[in-house]
Amino acid sequence: MEDLLVVERAIRRKSTGPTAAPPTVRGAYKARSLRAPDDLFRRHRTRFTLVLLVLLGLTALATVITQFDFLASLASFPKAVRWLAANVVPTQKSLVLLPNILTKLLQTVQVSIMATVIAAALAFLLALGGAVPTRPSPLFSGVVRLIASFFRNIPVVAWAIILIFSFGQSMLTGFIAIFIETFGFLIRSFIEAIDETSSASVEALRATGANYFQTIFQAVVPSVKPMILSWMLFMVESNIRSATLVGMLTGSGIGFAFDLYYKNFNYSGAALVIVCIIVVVLLIETVSNAIRRVIL
Amino acid sequence: MSTSDRIPLRKMTRASLTINITLAVMALCTVVGLFFLDGRDVHLFARPGQAASPRETSLFAASAATLRDLGTMFFSPKANAAHFSSDPLMERVASRFGLGFLNSTFGQVLYAVVITLGLGFLTTLIGAIIALALGLLASRNLSSPRVSSVIKAFVAFIRAVPTVLWVLIFAIGAGLGSVAAIVGMSFHSAGYLIKAYSESFEEVDAGVIEALEASGANWLQIVFQAVLPSSMGYVLSWTFVRFEINFTTAVAMGAAAGAGGIGYNLFMAGYYLNIHEIGYITYLILGVAILMEVAATRLKKRYRLQG
Repeated sequence: MEDLLVVERAIRRKSTGPTAAPPTVRGAYKARSLRAPDDLFRRHRTRFTLVLLVLLGLTALATVITQFDFLASLASFPKAVRWLAANVVPTQKSLVLLPNILTKLLQTVQVSIMATVIAAALAFLLALGGAVPTRPSPLFSGVVRLIASFFRNIPVVAWAIILIFSFGQSMLTGFIAIFIETFGFLIRSFIEAIDETSSASVEALRATGANYFQTIFQAVVPSVKPMILSWMLFMVESNIRSATLVGMLTGSGIGFAFDLYYKNFNYSGAALVIVCIIVVVLLIETVSNAIRRVIL
Repeated sequence: MSTSDRIPLRKMTRASLTINITLAVMALCTVVGLFFLDGRDVHLFARPGQAASPRETSLFAASAATLRDLGTMFFSPKANAAHFSSDPLMERVASRFGLGFLNSTFGQVLYAVVITLGLGFLTTLIGAIIALALGLLASRNLSSPRVSSVIKAFVAFIRAVPTVLWVLIFAIGAGLGSVAAIVGMSFHSAGYLIKAYSESFEEVDAGVIEALEASGANWLQIVFQAVLPSSMGYVLSWTFVRFEINFTTAVAMGAAAGAGGIGYNLFMAGYYLNIHEIGYITYLILGVAILMEVAATRLKKRYRLQG
């Protein structure tokens, strides 16, 4: 059998000669310097295996470094589900806490909205200086982007800790921390929104001889208003979530209430906090989705 | 020319009315809220002679003190070696490879950052694996409308609970630590990626899927031969964008939920009122975060990702 193959190969070599491409599909591809399909598949397979190996290696490394236990993580699921099932239905004991929880939650919602509105007003002014169609100079734009990056990338935890030193544990401290976080995020979002939507209308108005403020109010503001509101609604939603974290650190709002019940093993109270947060967040999400559907 | 001859340029449409009303309501909330903002010991103005507590200050004084602290933080950062427990594993690695600097404080802080990166990596990986499966089921072109909406409702529920609460729920069973942190953080990670992936899958050319269906390909073949190969770029870059978010979340969870890593060091530095050390740690986190942000922005631009 093998002999036959050798003979066949020899005949083929003789018949076509060493310079001409062998009369196969692969040969045809090679002759036109294209890649043969199964070559391509093999290369893909090699690359896929390589990526998989690198991922596995990184996973092993990360598991050792963080002391993560995969089996323990699977085992934690039934426990968490059992805990939720046991505590999620409010009891007599937890319902007494409901007025307090709702007050704290209202505070949190209010702080989230306030931080968003004030941050949005300031961020819009800075974004005008940072966006390409409206910036006074490229240098100014660079500075604005740097400021935004600075505010956004310093962890909110660091802001909260620094603020506690002088402002103490209060709602005001939580408000300022959330405000700073929102501010950094909104500057970048607004810059992107202006860049995306306004360049054509700004150019058109400039051509008619409108001055800077006329362009801002007649072209930029109307065209980015829906995007800006959409980002603000997004920020209110996400701020309620991050307010829980900030509240734990700054001793205010719903985060503080949860922390208090949790640390005192008042699990039915803690679960009631979770239920209230879910209801409020879903409510706000529904409202803002409805608004988004109308405006976008 | 009288005013009635002018063409009304701005027509009040339903959309602009909604925008204006929403903005007005939010602005009203803000103004009302300012009156209820409780600063506890911080008052708008100093009240000499009638202060209720010795800690009472004015808003101005507190802001000035914060600025001073920020100055200390950013202009004289310094690490305090005492707060960084040396990891036995790290010491073994350092002595094995002769990396003397790893035993220095800088090495220890760097190692804490690596732990946080590890937390973020594992969270992203677990989230991505779950999201790949559920994302396929959630995309409208590959699944039934009912399954898709069930998964989307499930994601909305998951996202409604803040990450820190997921972590603390799992900490009841698993104890505070990396297990509870990674499992808890994976929930939001998966929720985010399910949405991102399913939107990428929905953009796959309907003609390609139809052609494969017509040739008799089954669902798995369609997924592996058409959907995944054509959206792999989006999937990978969304995953990286989430990794960036997960790093930030891991820092926060280290501080608030005992997940370890650089966040825990940051929290302890705050606990010991060591502003120099807070500055040192913040610089390091800032460096890593900005590097990742630059990479994520490039990916977003390349694939025109929204969000």
